[in-house]
Amino acid sequence: MSQDTSITDSLDESIVEFVTVRIANQLFGLPIHDVEDVFVPQNITSVPMSSHEVAGVLNLRGRIVTAINMRERLQLEPRAKGEGSMAVGIEYSGESYGLVIDTVGEVLRLKEDGKEPNPSNLKPNWTSVSAGVYQLDGELMVVLDVARVLQIGDKHEQLAGQPMGIAV
Amino acid sequence: MDDLLTEFLTETNESLDVVDCELVKFEQEPNNAKILDNIFRLVHTIKGTCGFLGLPRLEALAHAAETLMGKFRDGVSVTPNAVSLILESLDRIKEILAVLEQMEAEPDGSDNDLIEQLDLLSAGGGTAEQETAEDAPTQDAPTQDAPVEDAPTQEAPTQDAPANAAPDDGDSLKIVERELKPGEVSLDDLERAFQEAEGPELATPGEPEATAPEEAKAEPEPEQKPAAQEPESKQPPAADAGAEKREGSVTSQSIRVNVDTLETLMTTVSELVLTRNQLLEMVRRIEDSEFKVPLQRLSSVTAELQEGVMKTRMQPVGNAWQKLPRIVRDLANELDKKIDLEMIGAETELDRQVLELIKDPLTHMVRNSADHGLETTQGRIDAGKPQTGKITLSAYHEGGHIIIEIVDDGRGLNAEKIKEKALENGIVTQPELDKMTDAQIQKFIFKAGFSTAKEVTSVSGRGVGMDVVRTNIELIGGSVDVTSVEGQGSTFLIKIPLTLAIISALIVEAAGQKFAVPQLSVVELVRAQAESDHRIEVINDTPVLRLRNKLLPLTHMSKMLDLDDVSVKGDASDVAPHEVDAGGEQEVGDDGEAASDQTAPKAPGVPSPRAEIEDGAGFIVVIQVGTQHYGIVVDSVFDTEEIVVKPMSSMLREIDMFSGNTILGDGSVIMIVDPNGIAQAVHGNLTLDSLQNESDDDAALDVTDSVTSLLVFRAGSTEPKAVPLSLVTRLEEIDVATIEPSNGRDLVQYRGKLMPLVYVNDELRHQEEGMQPILVFTDEDRVMGLVVDEIVDIVEEQLRIEVSTELPGVIGSAVVKEQATEILDVGHYLPKAFEDWFRRPESVDMGYAKRILLVDDSSFFRNMLSPVMSAGGYSVTAVDSAAEAIRLCNDGASFDIIVSDIEMPDMDGFGLADALASDSNWSDVPIVALSSHTSPAVIEKARSSSFVDYVGKFDREGLMHVIKDTVDAIGEAA
Repeated sequence: MSQDTSITDSLDESIVEFVTVRIANQLFGLPIHDVEDVFVPQNITSVPMSSHEVAGVLNLRGRIVTAINMRERLQLEPRAKGEGSMAVGIEYSGESYGLVIDTVGEVLRLKEDGKEPNPSNLKPNWTSVSAGVYQLDGELMVVLDVARVLQIGDKHEQLAGQPMGIAV
Repeated sequence: MDDLLTEFLTETNESLDVVDCELVKFEQEPNNAKILDNIFRLVHTIKGTCGFLGLPRLEALAHAAETLMGKFRDGVSVTPNAVSLILESLDRIKEILAVLEQMEAEPDGSDNDLIEQLDLLSAGGGTAEQETAEDAPTQDAPTQDAPVEDAPTQEAPTQDAPANAAPDDGDSLKIVERELKPGEVSLDDLERAFQEAEGPELATPGEPEATAPEEAKAEPEPEQKPAAQEPESKQPPAADAGAEKREGSVTSQSIRVNVDTLETLMTTVSELVLTRNQLLEMVRRIEDSEFKVPLQRLSSVTAELQEGVMKTRMQPVGNAWQKLPRIVRDLANELDKKIDLEMIGAETELDRQVLELIKDPLTHMVRNSADHGLETTQGRIDAGKPQTGKITLSAYHEGGHIIIEIVDDGRGLNAEKIKEKALENGIVTQPELDKMTDAQIQKFIFKAGFSTAKEVTSVSGRGVGMDVVRTNIELIGGSVDVTSVEGQGSTFLIKIPLTLAIISALIVEAAGQKFAVPQLSVVELVRAQAESDHRIEVINDTPVLRLRNKLLPLTHMSKMLDLDDVSVKGDASDVAPHEVDAGGEQEVGDDGEAASDQTAPKAPGVPSPRAEIEDGAGFIVVIQVGTQHYGIVVDSVFDTEEIVVKPMSSMLREIDMFSGNTILGDGSVIMIVDPNGIAQAVHGNLTLDSLQNESDDDAALDVTDSVTSLLVFRAGSTEPKAVPLSLVTRLEEIDVATIEPSNGRDLVQYRGKLMPLVYVNDELRHQEEGMQPILVFTDEDRVMGLVVDEIVDIVEEQLRIEVSTELPGVIGSAVVKEQATEILDVGHYLPKAFEDWFRRPESVDMGYAKRILLVDDSSFFRNMLSPVMSAGGYSVTAVDSAAEAIRLCNDGASFDIIVSDIEMPDMDGFGLADALASDSNWSDVPIVALSSHTSPAVIEKARSSSFVDYVGKFDREGLMHVIKDTVDAIGEAA
């Protein structure tokens, strides 16, 4: 169980593939079976009265996708002007969502049991969406629990993280 | 086994629902062999299948029930008691089926209790009935266990019902005899005639009351008392029976399709529609594209496909009513009332999704009418009403809506009681109440937590009241209203859209963002300007508009939706640069057409939406929700689009302000505003004034049938000019500096294209700088701007041209808002913009305006089609019924073409065509059939009768083609 959990060619079932994404320099991993596609978010229509995490809705090849601003969701600083963004398309309980992130990286094959539980001092607003942490070479990757990321509007979740997102 | 069982369950459940219904009917009409045969066959099938599948319990029960029904068929008389018993057996069968569905096995237990009774009745034959005939069956019927005890209890005579029933029955019999004597028809003759008649609908419509007791008497068993059948006997509504028969014939030609398959099909078609819209939008920008023709074809095929698929989702509203006769019968027994449920228009079709959603509210309302609406038998006698209370349920189409009416002749709503309760609940204050009319007070029953039921019965009054009904109906974009006269009954009117999938929506913009407002809720558009009569005024920060001497409460869409906040949020998140931020980096490029669409009309018009609102100006979308009116102030109004409603993701569903979202032709996503949600949010701001306006406004709306919306403006002279609003695509203001003279004409860049400008007349003052208002007219891909000095108002008036004129470009003068107003002939100006405008194939080129008579019962279509035809250069007279058309004919009016709807009450289009064909006056006038149904069979029928052609109602272009072809044909013939 070394830090070096990179590619082993074993067909072991305990191997999990992750799509890695970067949000405000932090590396995150999304289980590959949760990810439908990756696209550049364009032409987003904002939805008035929606939670601040909701970036809006957009048309992705004829489907209406609800875009989630992951920086807002994770209560990070807003992206600087001119910085591009990407989105990861997710199909969750029959509905299409797009997680708007900064950049998309490679796909990693990691051993299931290489994952460590969340450090106990991780802020509650992050523990609520994190399914654990991988120790990679040189950095840590937080595994995102897609179902919980999409639990927006849930009052308990909201309480955990004070609405500092609207800091403008 | 699994598949078989599933199919068995589906089929049996369906059959049982039918049996339920049929039995209740049978009880009222015990001699209708047809109904009995039907029931017998259904139960027999159930029994047979049970045996085949090895379900002994079901089989035994069905067998016993079948045996008893077999006896009925052999002529044994039918008693309410026996029917109750069979109904009970059916309930038991349903219970067993429910378990079967879950466990895939029959539950343990015995049905001997029921079987014994069934057998006893079957075996007892004549004698058993004789005794049961004397008892009061109504007592035992509703409860499950009561008759289970043992059979003799049923035979023990009880007092209540016979006491009521017998004398009543004797009376009616006497009356019957008296009525019959003068006609000299013997009872036997009547009976024979009745039995020879093919179905219930053939029974002489005038005398159904007379025949019913008649049969009873002519029963093969003369010693049996007809009284036994009478207590519950109600007259079968002929319409209902007719509907039944039609349904029956349909089922034999239908196949079962999985609902999922249909849903997928619908979604796919929706996608197709969207893609087509996108293609159309793209091709529109290209001059002389070779794609145009095939695309037009694709477009019409898509429309047909869409209609076809929509049709597969249509179901008769009767499906939602199926359980009602049984419910009402049980209620009548339980409450000891006599209730006659009449159902009219059960064949009216609507989307199955809508059907599912109104099932419960409808049931609730009928229960309500039976429980609270109707008085007890004694109460009715005291009030001098017939003992049997009547609930009438009827459904019919009107425009794009289905109207369902629930009428009872009960006690009506007690305004005093409602007042008390409203005060008690703190809904209103006494001074407010004093100012309200009874009609307004009655509407309180739709408020939450409102039930005036003195006591909670098992039937209703459990706190879930009419407010839930209202909420459910409004959820699907419908509305519900009540009118009631105390002591005489109540009428509930439910208005629901035909389908939820595709709606027509008005696209508006506020704070730089576009929204779709369902057209159904939009009553009118008002342009408010600081200097004009229509300006937004403010009372204690609450904006209002003086509209026809009434105060209309207003809400600003940008405030309502916190749009400023949104733009802040957008900047912060920066992933969503939005349309708000015109300078947003990647968006400008990506947005393409969309961005220019949004900025173009706004930028020249108003520098900032906020500033405009404070100026007291803006576009006001007047919305009607139920009986409430309010206005939403928006920055600009675009055109209407047919949009495919897509549900919002669950994350957004809690926002009441929106009912869904959709993709526009340009590919952008747009939110669909929910007028109900906004109404609720506005509610706090809506003062009592708005409530008080309601009734007057309703009255005003009623007459909209005959009024035309006119856009009033000034150009040149001081006297106002007007054009029908329906012809105007948009109102714009352009910066004079952007006008480019070219080749003797003025052009302006508009939405990425050059738009020619035409001046109303030479006197018009050409402004040197600043903004110039224009009216934009569109015809397919042509756009023309008519330059005017000032847009004054949008009014609804009866358009009566009083003074015709020789002036070019003016149809004549009419009185609009008590001022003489010139009505402009838009047709005069169009060729000025495009010389070839009238040379195009669909244009009409002729010496004088041909006169069209439009016959359509729906005011919606009359209002929609008249302007289209007028715009085509025809003179249109619209009437709402075939009878009216015939009256015109008899009065000697003359027309060149008649365009008639096929489906109309009383006399339909075919009837009208036949009537006119035989009339010498109009027998040469060509008639074009118009219908929302475009099934080949109907088209065939239309073509084979005296119609010259047949057009779908929504196919405006096709209609204009047909009219032109027909006119040309007349011209050639002449």
